[in-house]
Amino acid sequence: MDGYFGSYAVVAVLIVIGVVIYVGALTINRLLSPIRPSAEKLLTYECGVDPVGEGWAQTQVRYYVFTYLYVVFAVDAVFLFPWATVFADPGFGLTTLVEMFVFLGFIALGILYAWRKGVLSWT
Amino acid sequence: MNLDAVPSYLTPTGQEIVFLLLGAVAVGSALLVVTTRQLVHAALWLVVTFGALAGCYLVLTAEFVAWVQVLIYVGAVVVLLLFGIMLTRAPIGRSPDLDSGNRVLAAVVALATAVLLVTVVIDGFRTAYAPLTEVDGAAKTIGSSIFRTWVLPFEALSVLLLAALIGAIVLSRTDIRGRD
Repeated sequence: MDGYFGSYAVVAVLIVIGVVIYVGALTINRLLSPIRPSAEKLLTYECGVDPVGEGWAQTQVRYYVFTYLYVVFAVDAVFLFPWATVFADPGFGLTTLVEMFVFLGFIALGILYAWRKGVLSWT
Repeated sequence: MNLDAVPSYLTPTGQEIVFLLLGAVAVGSALLVVTTRQLVHAALWLVVTFGALAGCYLVLTAEFVAWVQVLIYVGAVVVLLLFGIMLTRAPIGRSPDLDSGNRVLAAVVALATAVLLVTVVIDGFRTAYAPLTEVDGAAKTIGSSIFRTWVLPFEALSVLLLAALIGAIVLSRTDIRGRD
């Protein structure tokens, strides 16, 4: 089990074992546990108080901006990995370093804007 | 690319079989994304599609791209989509009004796009055979190709990300107004 495909075969086997344990535990639970549902038991549990009306889930638009910030910085971080493997190699050097900092600088403007507009603080 | 030694397609290797299976999972779950009646399930089926696609990249030894697919698409874009769903109507259960009147047109456009892409790939590569090596998909190869050849698109990307970020902030805030 070595080489590229061998090591990923190990990962795949681990994932399969994980799924088998998860599905197995739930299936055994389903098979062994006594199930006697009643209308009371199937009611949504809300701290012992009977729920009233329909469920509604509405979120603040601010969560979206935070997720968006995460997406932007995930893309940002992804480019740091290939950069980090090459920037010290012969033939790259200072230019590559400056190029990455120009990239980071542009994105830093974005977070500066977010900070100035008060997006980062939760009032 | 090596044009001489093309192995027979009649005896597929393990990698080829896994690739085909992952492709089938990707297409199947993509179909479920557009046909399911439950909006949140569509986003979760999209996780399966992106995951299968990442698996395809892994089998093609594009290791770095595969993990980027997991990090960005499964980890960030799907979360963004889920927040988008939560922000709008947050439907729980089935939505009867998900079918659009443009269904036939959309199917035709999707089919035409697929035909175009498949034709381009078949026409461009035909029986070309590239042996899979682990070096080609590693972060180092991608890094040297970005910083040797593709520096300008890379810098343009930062401007694009900045514009999108500022746009999202302006749209989400009601107190930032344009000049009137």
